Amino acid sequence: MTARGAVGPRVRDVAVLAVFLAYATPFFWQLLTSLKPEAELMVLPPLLPTRLTWEHYRVVLDQSLMLRALGNSLGIGVITTGLALILGLFGAYAIARHPIPGKGVLLLAIVGGTAFPQIATVSPLYLLLRALDLRDTWLALILANTSFALPLVIWLLLGFLQEIPPQLEEAASVDGASRPRAFRWVVLPLLAPGLTSAALLTFLFSWNEFLFAYTFTATEASRTAPVALALFPGVFEVPWGDMAAASMLASVPPVLLVVGLQRYLVRGLLTGALRE
Amino acid sequence: MTSGGQASGVTGRQRRARTQGLLLLGPALVTLGALTLYPTLWVGWLSLQRRIPIFGVNRFEGLGNYAFLATDPRFWKAAEVTVLFTAVSVALELVGGVLAALALRGQQAGTRIALSLLLLAWALPSVVTAKLFEWLYNPAAGLVNFALGGVALNWLGDPRLALPGLIFADVWRTLPFVTVLCYARLLTIPVEIYEAAQVDGAGAFATLTRITLPLLRRILLIVLLFRTLDALRSFDLMFVLTGGGPAGTTETLTVYAYRSLFQAVQIGLGSAVGVVVFALVMLVAWAYLRALRHEGLTA
Repeated sequence: MTARGAVGPRVRDVAVLAVFLAYATPFFWQLLTSLKPEAELMVLPPLLPTRLTWEHYRVVLDQSLMLRALGNSLGIGVITTGLALILGLFGAYAIARHPIPGKGVLLLAIVGGTAFPQIATVSPLYLLLRALDLRDTWLALILANTSFALPLVIWLLLGFLQEIPPQLEEAASVDGASRPRAFRWVVLPLLAPGLTSAALLTFLFSWNEFLFAYTFTATEASRTAPVALALFPGVFEVPWGDMAAASMLASVPPVLLVVGLQRYLVRGLLTGALRE
Repeated sequence: MTSGGQASGVTGRQRRARTQGLLLLGPALVTLGALTLYPTLWVGWLSLQRRIPIFGVNRFEGLGNYAFLATDPRFWKAAEVTVLFTAVSVALELVGGVLAALALRGQQAGTRIALSLLLLAWALPSVVTAKLFEWLYNPAAGLVNFALGGVALNWLGDPRLALPGLIFADVWRTLPFVTVLCYARLLTIPVEIYEAAQVDGAGAFATLTRITLPLLRRILLIVLLFRTLDALRSFDLMFVLTGGGPAGTTETLTVYAYRSLFQAVQIGLGSAVGVVVFALVMLVAWAYLRALRHEGLTA
């Protein structure tokens, strides 16, 4: 009887897991496509290839600009994340702990900022970046992405900061620590998980961002992975296998973050949504 | 004497705290001012111009672009597609997302793996999602037609199928967001409530509609807001997957704005469409915030 009771939920667990696995089919199908021999691509059935090959990855890495684009995406993503986090950390700390005039309006503007449609500012930003001679540079995308991610970063960090009682800093200053020291040694360590969450979401945003990157770049000097993928060469027919390999390469960082740092990702999503 | 001295000391400290605060906030404000606020005002100004650089046209037009849009069938078609896309996507995401969250909550093992599989869909670049679905929808060798028993539907080329195909891809990508938030809320509901319901003889359906859904109400409203705003402003997926085609059946306001701006190079007109999207998003955000506040006061 007890064995039967234990088996019931386990069967259900496996069944549910199978459904979730099926949910990810579009991804795994592309992964399989990226490893299929060229000759078997346009034939279905059979579902499974006779053998697996790295050929498509070799072609993409040797003959396309994908590697360069991945490098651009990584560099732009890391710098954007660093910049947005520094600006956002000081900004959020000031809003949370300092008397700022017009705080209510500011908070409303920041919430509004998180809902901002990129399509509304893409044309003036384009004209601005052209006037500054920044078209087709990393800096253009770093500036655009940072300003776009900043409201969310401030919003997230405000949420995390509110969970840290100000009394801790006051206690530290009673013990003789200056405000910057209290910030460095009391607030920052407690804020580390929140900073990680904000960093993850900012990096993901920057890595995935398409509209700005597509508009402000012109050559391989600054084209990011999504842009390279959207412009993937295919003059007469689409090279499905190569494109599958390229899209798998562009998916590596998001996949690693989801699998490796899931906890922080979920926490960031919750904090971003649940604060009022 | 002493109390007066103390009072001025406090205001002095307050003033210093305020200056410090503004110094800390300054860089963020300057960044947002220069790269968000200023472009927002500028786009409003641009939308009042007639600017077609290739013809050397550049003059002030007042509300001419908006007047043109008011009678522009392409604009109204795009508005219709945007609203339809948003309404259907968000509705399907909410229903599917809640179901997935309920399934996840009953899970005793493998929740982490299940969450990973879900979040994968959410975390991929939308351009990658577009490429995944372009291949799945391939008329000759796509998995979708194969799964439907070897039919030869041209998903992205048929005006009747392109929008459903696009919506399906969007739902796949964004349903996990709904699931994660609802799942987190479900975890905070005490088991005792369900045990009490069971003792009272409530069936599964009654438990769902009388207990679970009312408790999810607030988070569902928040999710509804986020997802609606995202759907209204989304661009990547339709731009890369269908390019607004076939025959404009998937051309949203964002795609129309982009095309006017950078393909037809009518900067004034494109900016006006951008302003409309902006106004639409802010209007929805405002309406929802009001509804949420109302909810907070009555609940």
